[in-house]
Amino acid sequence: MTAFTPRPRIGATVAIYLALAGVLAVGGAAVAADGGNLFATAHLVDMLTRTSLTGFLAIGMTLVILCRSLDLSVGYTAALSSLVAATTMDGQSGNVPLAVALVLLVSGLIGAANGAIVAFLKVNPFIATLGTGLILKGYLDTEYKGPAGDVPFAFQQALGYTRFAFIPVSTVVMLAVAAAAVWFLRSTRTGHHMYAVGGDVEVARMSGIRTTRVLLTAHVLCGMSAGLAGLLLAARFGTGSAEAYTNLYELDAIAAVVLGGTLLLGGKGGVAGTVAGVAILAVLDTVFNVMQIDPFAKDVLRGVVIIAAVALYARRQLDRTARRPRFAAAAGRAS
Amino acid sequence: MTHVKRLGAALQGAGTVFLLLALVFALILAINPGFFAAPSLMAFLKQAAPLVILAAGQYFVIVSGNFDLSVGALVGAQVVIAARLIDGEESRTVPVMLVMLAFGIGVGLINGLITTVLKVQSFITTLGMLLVLYGAIRLWTGGAPTGALSDAFRTPGRLGIQTPLFQIPWALLIMIGVGAGAIALMRTRFGRILMASGDNELAANRSGARVDTVRTAAFVLSGVSATIAGILIGGFAGVSAQVGEGLEFTVITAVVLGGVALGGGRGTALAAMAGALAIEALFTLFNQMALPATLRPAVQGVIIIAAVAYAARRRIRPALQSTATPS
Repeated sequence: MTAFTPRPRIGATVAIYLALAGVLAVGGAAVAADGGNLFATAHLVDMLTRTSLTGFLAIGMTLVILCRSLDLSVGYTAALSSLVAATTMDGQSGNVPLAVALVLLVSGLIGAANGAIVAFLKVNPFIATLGTGLILKGYLDTEYKGPAGDVPFAFQQALGYTRFAFIPVSTVVMLAVAAAAVWFLRSTRTGHHMYAVGGDVEVARMSGIRTTRVLLTAHVLCGMSAGLAGLLLAARFGTGSAEAYTNLYELDAIAAVVLGGTLLLGGKGGVAGTVAGVAILAVLDTVFNVMQIDPFAKDVLRGVVIIAAVALYARRQLDRTARRPRFAAAAGRAS
Repeated sequence: MTHVKRLGAALQGAGTVFLLLALVFALILAINPGFFAAPSLMAFLKQAAPLVILAAGQYFVIVSGNFDLSVGALVGAQVVIAARLIDGEESRTVPVMLVMLAFGIGVGLINGLITTVLKVQSFITTLGMLLVLYGAIRLWTGGAPTGALSDAFRTPGRLGIQTPLFQIPWALLIMIGVGAGAIALMRTRFGRILMASGDNELAANRSGARVDTVRTAAFVLSGVSATIAGILIGGFAGVSAQVGEGLEFTVITAVVLGGVALGGGRGTALAAMAGALAIEALFTLFNQMALPATLRPAVQGVIIIAAVAYAARRRIRPALQSTATPS
């Protein structure tokens, strides 16, 4: 077991945090040139608040992507979770524990359904989760014509708006979940197996890993993290909202994961990088907001930044195939 | 004899989609026997043509082992560009169509070069392109599309050749032309290299195939198909800011329904286009059943998963037997 080290090379994660520092520096300079201060408390709060929602979704997404899977249904799962939370709480603080439990159960079950379709029915994850997303969309559109439920004020304050100095509680919770996920991937057997399954599912299976179980676990955890995002949505809006899925959170989450250096093809990356990816997107959004850049130009810039960043990472990863001993000699000759 | 065998093999892989198509048509027939009268059938095919054409373009990209998520945004961009540049002037129709074609080729070329030269995964390349196109078009028009299409521009999507009994839509003829072109192209050297690149990139590269070149060309073909689809959709439905939204997922679903494997190397162009036809038939069936609009995505989701799961079952069995051969 000692020969198998699934941890990403320290260099990769450090590079992503350097990129984050670079984005912060450039953004800060741009805002300063514009006569503002990116590091004013209000802007820092804005930045950190933005990280929490995408953060929850991206942490779960990292797990499934590491297994060479994908989840396009997280936006719908989060929307449904916000509705489950708000209608179960129904304005009563006493119902909060029940609502949280119910949200985790429902979102976990959706994740389990995704995992089962991918692992047992062998449906491509792109199609499987697009399909479950469509099913959830149909259910949400049919059942909920508008906002529903009522989130008690105490819960709204606790998760939605309280903060220590300039750090919102939701960000602290997100970072705690991220830390748990880092520990899970580095120190548990299932965590290690996720890297193996993502690297090569056949090799993993022949090495005695129950690959379907690993895939199922990743999807359940991804669903539950989308459930946490739904709880946060409910706390922010004070009610459950089916409309939340129109924001295409799943694409944001995937972009953050990939920005964080996790390979879309699975088997390489980690949650620490993902958190940096989420932060990079949040910094960009805040900078665009502070500088009052046209919202449509924001989309253009985001698109360009995402492609450029991944192109830079790809430079680092070009040697990936060459590092495999079997092709080392041939690759050396070819280049 | 080999032709018969090859046809048999092709049908086995893609059988699900033809089965689904037959099933949906049978249900439509049961509910509304009048549907297969020439005029309504022609109307159906006219409406289905853009998706079929997009499926042909997406097929090239998928079979070579990539994704193109930018086609929906590209279709929307093309329609908005057409309306803005033509601005109701008949004489500008053809030049603007050429500009659109150049734009489609350009977008495909950029997608292809970023994916092959910069080694960015196509999922991210085209997701970024989606964001860029979406934002750029709204930035350019200030949020709402302006201008108007000319009558000549709208002809291919709206009108057709009048015969004594019914009208043969231009869209149908264009669809058949594009479809035949796609099938013919896959039989050429280019098509075989494309398929090989998706099946085993390393082996194709070692055999001297220009994998990057054909993959880039596939993105360009996808851009061209989005341009043609944009012309047809603009003609058929007119201009709005929402044109093309979510179309990329519908197209990819259509191609996968046709038994084309995501990841590349498997599936035929004909089956991909049949997948698009099956999806459009499904939408028509929902109409005929008067299914509530809100419930449609749910039914669509169930059918997609079921169809792909069924196709996967059929594919797994022969693969299991072949593991005995040394690789």
